[in-house]
Amino acid sequence: MQIGIPLESVAEETRVAATPKSVVQLVKLGYTVVVETGAGAKASYPDEEYVAAGAEVVGRATVWASDVVAKINPPTEAEIEAMSEGATLISQVAAPRSPELLDKLAQRGLTVLAMDSVPRISRAQALDVISSMANIGGYRAVIEAAHEFGSFFTGQVTAAGKVPPAKVFISGAGVAGLAAVGTARALGAIVRATDIRAEVAEQVESMGAEFVAVQSDDQQESSDGYAKEATEEYAEAAARMYAEQAKDVDIIVTTALIPGRPAPRLITEEMVASMKPGSVIVDMAAGTGGNVAGSVADQVVTTANDVKIIGYTDLPARLPTQASQLFATNIVNLMKLITPNKDGLITLDMNDVVQRGMAVVTQGEVTWPPPPVAVSAAPVKAPAELPVKPEKKPRDPRLMYGAMGLTGVLLLLLFWASPSGLLGHFLVFALAVVIGYYVIGNVSHSLHTPLMSVTNAISGIIVVGSLVGLQHASGQDGQINWGIVTLSVAGILLASINVFGGFTVTQRMLKMFRKG
Amino acid sequence: MIGVSYSLQQGSFIIAGLLFILALAGLSKHETSKRGNILGSLGMALALIFTILATVLGTETAGVEVSQAAPSWAIIAIVVAMALGALIGILRALRVEMTGMPELIALFHSFVGLAAVLVGWVVFLEGAPDKLHAGELFVGVFIGAVTFTGSIVAYLKLSGKIKSAPLMLPFHNWLNLGALVVFVAMTVVFVFFPEGAAGWALMIAMTVLALLLGLHLVASIGGGDMPVVVSMLNSYSGWAAAAAGFTLNNDLLIITGALVGSSGAYLSYIMCKAMNRNFISVIAGGFGSDGAVVGEQKDYGTYREITAGETADLLKNSQSVIITPGYGMAVAQAQGAVADLTSKLRAGGTKVRFGIHPVAGRLPGHMNVLLAEAKVPYDIVLEMDEINDDFDDTDVVLVIGANDTVNPAAQEDPHSPIAGMPVLEVWKAAQVVVFKRSMATGYAGVQNPLFFRENSAMLFGDARERVEDIIRAL
Repeated sequence: MQIGIPLESVAEETRVAATPKSVVQLVKLGYTVVVETGAGAKASYPDEEYVAAGAEVVGRATVWASDVVAKINPPTEAEIEAMSEGATLISQVAAPRSPELLDKLAQRGLTVLAMDSVPRISRAQALDVISSMANIGGYRAVIEAAHEFGSFFTGQVTAAGKVPPAKVFISGAGVAGLAAVGTARALGAIVRATDIRAEVAEQVESMGAEFVAVQSDDQQESSDGYAKEATEEYAEAAARMYAEQAKDVDIIVTTALIPGRPAPRLITEEMVASMKPGSVIVDMAAGTGGNVAGSVADQVVTTANDVKIIGYTDLPARLPTQASQLFATNIVNLMKLITPNKDGLITLDMNDVVQRGMAVVTQGEVTWPPPPVAVSAAPVKAPAELPVKPEKKPRDPRLMYGAMGLTGVLLLLLFWASPSGLLGHFLVFALAVVIGYYVIGNVSHSLHTPLMSVTNAISGIIVVGSLVGLQHASGQDGQINWGIVTLSVAGILLASINVFGGFTVTQRMLKMFRKG
Repeated sequence: MIGVSYSLQQGSFIIAGLLFILALAGLSKHETSKRGNILGSLGMALALIFTILATVLGTETAGVEVSQAAPSWAIIAIVVAMALGALIGILRALRVEMTGMPELIALFHSFVGLAAVLVGWVVFLEGAPDKLHAGELFVGVFIGAVTFTGSIVAYLKLSGKIKSAPLMLPFHNWLNLGALVVFVAMTVVFVFFPEGAAGWALMIAMTVLALLLGLHLVASIGGGDMPVVVSMLNSYSGWAAAAAGFTLNNDLLIITGALVGSSGAYLSYIMCKAMNRNFISVIAGGFGSDGAVVGEQKDYGTYREITAGETADLLKNSQSVIITPGYGMAVAQAQGAVADLTSKLRAGGTKVRFGIHPVAGRLPGHMNVLLAEAKVPYDIVLEMDEINDDFDDTDVVLVIGANDTVNPAAQEDPHSPIAGMPVLEVWKAAQVVVFKRSMATGYAGVQNPLFFRENSAMLFGDARERVEDIIRAL
């Protein structure tokens, strides 16, 4: 089959759906690839490179007449007309927002695989353009902010004075948010991030940022991998947190997108007004209504208090080479999935949740939305009827200190009442107990048996007690007390068994341990 | 008569005490363990020489006698008693089978306990201790007596001379508690009336009480809790020695007793943690005492059998093998065969390691000693925490005589009596082969869902014979 790669018709679009590298891989799968003249020019992929990779560079009509057309943006009406009946279109279609487009595609008898409808399961990550583009968008959002920001991101101490690091606040810790966190960190800023899903705190922290949680009982986990709209109580708590952050930080990047719905409003006009002059906000959701009050899609707005609000919707397209490479790779991974025999023929398996999810139009029929897919990312809840063991409450520290204090007082009283000679012995005893605890704590598990036998041997030191007893064998009257003698000698005998037996058996065991 | 310098004798005690600490520290690593043992015996030799000299010659400081010399014939008594003790001890130490280590150690504990009782009685017979020493003496004899009978019962249980099932008298916890209360009351009375008929009566009554308490305490704890019991008795024997040290004003006894006491307590703690139980509940009585047959009626599905030949084929095709032995390996005396199998597989380029659960066997570290005796190198014998993450990448796990320590129910079934106990996660390996005599449950009386897993297979029969069959088939 022939795959056609057209030049994108949207004027601002800089990306292309195939790169020379991806062409090589498509050819390996058995396809012939045709690329429209100048398709990759804006992304720095000249036509010659496509030819060298094994593609044919052709005119517009030929490309659109291909069996498969792969592109970035949804097709225009004219483009749909140009496609041959029964062909397959691979592109982004924004299925939830554009039912009319789906109808038109269906009328043409096409099969459409939507690159932006990939189910969020681990297996499908390799073909998810939302993730790959969000990654680029998050990176670029920080770069755009840095471009508009009048100061360094990183803190410096220079001959001309000390420069404090910029403070960056990232809202939403999805793919875009995490990419933004990583970029801002790499530039040297102090980075904080928040997300409605408390379980991502660990990921945020792993990127070197501080996670700012919303102080509310109403945390949510999503079962399909996307964030959902929040409850009112949560929203209030979140608003308080955002207001606090707005006053403190220099840069805000918002990434909150809810699939198929207008973007949630996170930053209000008051919050924007409370920011320092020269601060920058990047609203990555400006295209779907905006997270920030006053943001305008595709523009930089400067507010009365000199806060710049960036509303670019083409952030991935601002990195055309990189974005094309990732998009093209996503398409290659899709082709691998639907070309199981590597024979250049598409075989759709509608029982596969990934392919079923992406197929928004199948042979002239709208097949969207697909049946829901639950994602493994959210932890499976245990059945509720299980009697959950009451978790051990962390002990009240006051109780512990109280107990320690009481013990201390009791000990002091005891020592007070003790003759001074005893205290020396107590000191020795207490120190020996502590030393014993720490020394034993280091002992390797495998040596526990030898440890027991050696402590056995040294506890034979009780023989000293029996020896001392013999000194008192004859009383003041010179009479020998045979009771004492008998008991002492018996004690010496018993303890000696321990001393000699213990050390011998320990040595015997230790000799057996050998390294491999 | 010229005695030994009192300061010199005390100095020898300080050095001996330090040497004992170094001995224990040396045992923390294999590389330094032998040196540790030698340092310990040096410390012991030093302390003994100076104590014997002091006993025979008496001690003095600046020409003033501190303690009198023993009668001249005492040296003969000492030498004879020590020589006899040494002979018995060394012979037992050289002859003991490594599978018999738990019994030997329990027996040794009983000697320390009895010796502590004797020391206390000697002090009592010397007459008229002051109030403080009367109290110390009483405590020392009590701990010693409990250690003595407790260890004797542990010895009998471990050597199979009596049944290891827990003895369940009615109100057994109240019996223990009552004995303690009576002991405290007796101590108070004894402090005020340590002499005459009252003193004698109290000493005898208390000694008998303590002997009975020790008996009952260990009798009511069953087989699988033995690692805790043995290390607990180890601890008691230390405290008994320390108490004797207080009675005799002897710092060396105090240091040594405290070291041994805290070491035993720490080991008990590790063992309890490995079973996810607290110390009190172990002392109060074992598993199986409350009829823990939970889930017997549950349907676990069917298990699959495998032959020795098939196991051999499995092992031949494996890159990585982990063997998890349990007490069953010791019972079947299979450690030699297991070691042969290990060296055979290693010679063929297979990576073989051992995963040891802390409470495998009847003594802390028991499995390690058995494997060492069979000449398995210690650096492939890993403890649970070291190896638990590696089961994922393992082709075959051989479970030899272990049951509760590899039971997935501990993690998956919150109703299980062993829920929460850390276990070896063998089921994560590609294939598990379980060596077992029959489908009987383990010590905890819990069925093991591992046996019914898809990646598990049962190899029934005597572990040693089956392992030997595998070696032949290789």
